[in-house]
Amino acid sequence: MPLTIADLKKGERATIIDSSSEDIPLKLLEMGCLPGNEVELLQVAPFHDPIYLNINDSYLAIRKETAALILIDIINE
Amino acid sequence: MSKQINVALIGNPNTGKTSVFNALTGLNQKVGNYPGITVDKKEGICKLSRGVKAHILDLPGTYSLNASSLDENVVIELLLNKNDKDYPDVAVIVSDVENLKRNLLLFTQIKDLKIPTILVINMADRMSRKGISLDIKLLENKLNTKIALVSTRKNEGIGDLKNLIENHKLLSTQPCLDTSTIDTEYFNSLKQAFPNQDLYKLWVVISQDANFGKIDRNELDFSKFKTKSKSELKRLQQKETIKRYQFINGVLKEGQTIDATKATGLRAQFDRILTHKVWGYIIFFFILLTIFQAIYDWASVPMDFIDSSFASLADWIKASFPGGGKLTNLIAEGVVAGIGGIVIFIPQIAFLFLFISVLEESGYMSRVVFLMDRVMRRFGLSGKSVVPLISGTACAIPAIMATRNIESWKERLITILVTPFTTCSARLPVYLIIIALVIPEGRFLGLSYQALALMLLYLIGFGMAVFSAYILDKILKTNRKTFFVIEMPSYKVPLFKNVALTVLEKTKTFVFEAGRIILAISIVLWIMASYGPGKEFNNAETIVEQTYPELQGEQLENKVAAYKLEHSFIGIVGKAIEPAIRPLGYDWKIGIGIVTSFAAREVFVGTLATIYSVGSALDDDDKTIKNRMAKEVHDNGDKVFTLASGISLLLFYAFAMQCMSTLAIVKRETNTWKWPMIQLFGMSLIAYVVALIAFQILN
Repeated sequence: MPLTIADLKKGERATIIDSSSEDIPLKLLEMGCLPGNEVELLQVAPFHDPIYLNINDSYLAIRKETAALILIDIINE
Repeated sequence: MSKQINVALIGNPNTGKTSVFNALTGLNQKVGNYPGITVDKKEGICKLSRGVKAHILDLPGTYSLNASSLDENVVIELLLNKNDKDYPDVAVIVSDVENLKRNLLLFTQIKDLKIPTILVINMADRMSRKGISLDIKLLENKLNTKIALVSTRKNEGIGDLKNLIENHKLLSTQPCLDTSTIDTEYFNSLKQAFPNQDLYKLWVVISQDANFGKIDRNELDFSKFKTKSKSELKRLQQKETIKRYQFINGVLKEGQTIDATKATGLRAQFDRILTHKVWGYIIFFFILLTIFQAIYDWASVPMDFIDSSFASLADWIKASFPGGGKLTNLIAEGVVAGIGGIVIFIPQIAFLFLFISVLEESGYMSRVVFLMDRVMRRFGLSGKSVVPLISGTACAIPAIMATRNIESWKERLITILVTPFTTCSARLPVYLIIIALVIPEGRFLGLSYQALALMLLYLIGFGMAVFSAYILDKILKTNRKTFFVIEMPSYKVPLFKNVALTVLEKTKTFVFEAGRIILAISIVLWIMASYGPGKEFNNAETIVEQTYPELQGEQLENKVAAYKLEHSFIGIVGKAIEPAIRPLGYDWKIGIGIVTSFAAREVFVGTLATIYSVGSALDDDDKTIKNRMAKEVHDNGDKVFTLASGISLLLFYAFAMQCMSTLAIVKRETNTWKWPMIQLFGMSLIAYVVALIAFQILN
């Protein structure tokens, strides 16, 4: 099972490997949620939803259900 | 006659586009509506030089040319329509220096429409703090444009921008991206089908129509062109986005260096507290308390002043033009009372918009949305519903318009439907006067009963909004997917000029929009109360004198006036509805107030003021409406305003849908009469039942 943004822990960084799901809004892609770009989890609301991310230098928050559609590789530091 | 240069200001949200607009136009701006839709149209005039002027149109913020909301759609419709009178001679793209990469996406799209384009890099004052340096010459070359480095905060670079606008003819219209490289096969067939058309424009039209329904574009006939399915189009849009980012990354690699070690960001520190699982909510709660304190406590000082000023003005008019001609009375009792009823809202509206615009400008509002999303979702709402629900405490109209950025239709619809339950400022004068009449003075834990009653009414409003959202969430079925993306802008100290202009503009809109209705109703009411059909009204003096031969002087006058009112047009209407409202504890005069309130709630107090000032000769004690209301008695001598009838009336106003303007806005935003009608009948039914129960229990 590949990891998704929903699996990230606070402070972890990852590389996006796939964001082609039909249910990901185009707006998110335009903000830089594209394969190859980096994503960092900055903050989570209670119940880990929504989550606050830095994707490709854009700061934004999305819901867990959307985050679970974006596949990633965690960057180990 | 010199021609004006048409300028369109375009940019992502949170880039300070409005600050640039304000810097260019100052007070030479106005806000209107695009025909047929409720998107704000902000335009202004900017003087360049030698009598050359620019007409600046501030378009709604958008992330790209792929519109997902009505506001964004406005941008595309304008840029695709060369015949529009506002079609820009030059487009000014405002970008944020901290997020040039993402901002350039929109820039490249506009540029590819072959519109002369200037790039404004705003917030230049933040560059050194973020460790950013830019090679402007190189960027200008690579992007084929002219760049103005602007700091609206320090008022730098606006002169350069004006120069560039004036010399817009020198700008290159070379596109950034060869459209056909997105998908060679598809775009080649498109080119063959429409050999005379610009390829990128065609593509925008196609992807646009897929989202927003076909618009009649007479020069293009797509009937013979086999287009792609929606999901295929989305895949192409994704490919386009990737291509554009490749281009932008290439440009920025050479033109921009970021020294991360020099970057000092307050974002992380602020976020640690403001979005904290515990502190975040506590801080938000205290901010809300401060807002309410301002609206109810601080605003009361200027409001009392306005109230007494208008009362003296009406007296002055009556005293200055004695004889009491019809016109004098119309002005003193109808017009002045009506205008006073509007002006008195200004302090509250101004305070509310002051807070909202400071919270928006500072970037804090997005954090609230983040904190509240999960909680709100439980009730079928979105985190983004918080802004409309707070704005709703000023006025439901801007609040309902503020729901547009809620992506999910169901969440947006529920927000629209329940927002009118929040206590808008129009209910306030009704609450204030009834509370003053029926809630005893006295303190509980240092808080006055009257203040507690007011707070309780607010909580009831919010409670009802959330409760009905929960019910609607269970009832409404939808198969549309919900999604939610919100940008978290960096924290900024709000610019005074922006805040001041927002407050000014919102207050003005409220006064003129609501004012027109209130004024018109006040005049109609006065006329209806001052004339009546039949001999009972016209022979009032004789009838009263015959019935009560013992009455003299002032008492007689009062009796005559009351008798006239009862048989005036308005009295007849009031008497007709009295049986329906009697069980709630109201008399026919309150009934008139309620009926006129369906136009706008704030009319209630004005209506009673008009009815009572027409209905009695003035004593000195009776000058204020409150005193007159306190003296009102039923036919059997019981007081009209008791605790039971007062609470019943408060609850009625808390729940009833009494605002034509809100209904009109809901109709426009939902594009059907179905939802406003559900609001009107549903809310009013709830109001009637609750008020009935309250009165019957308390009485």
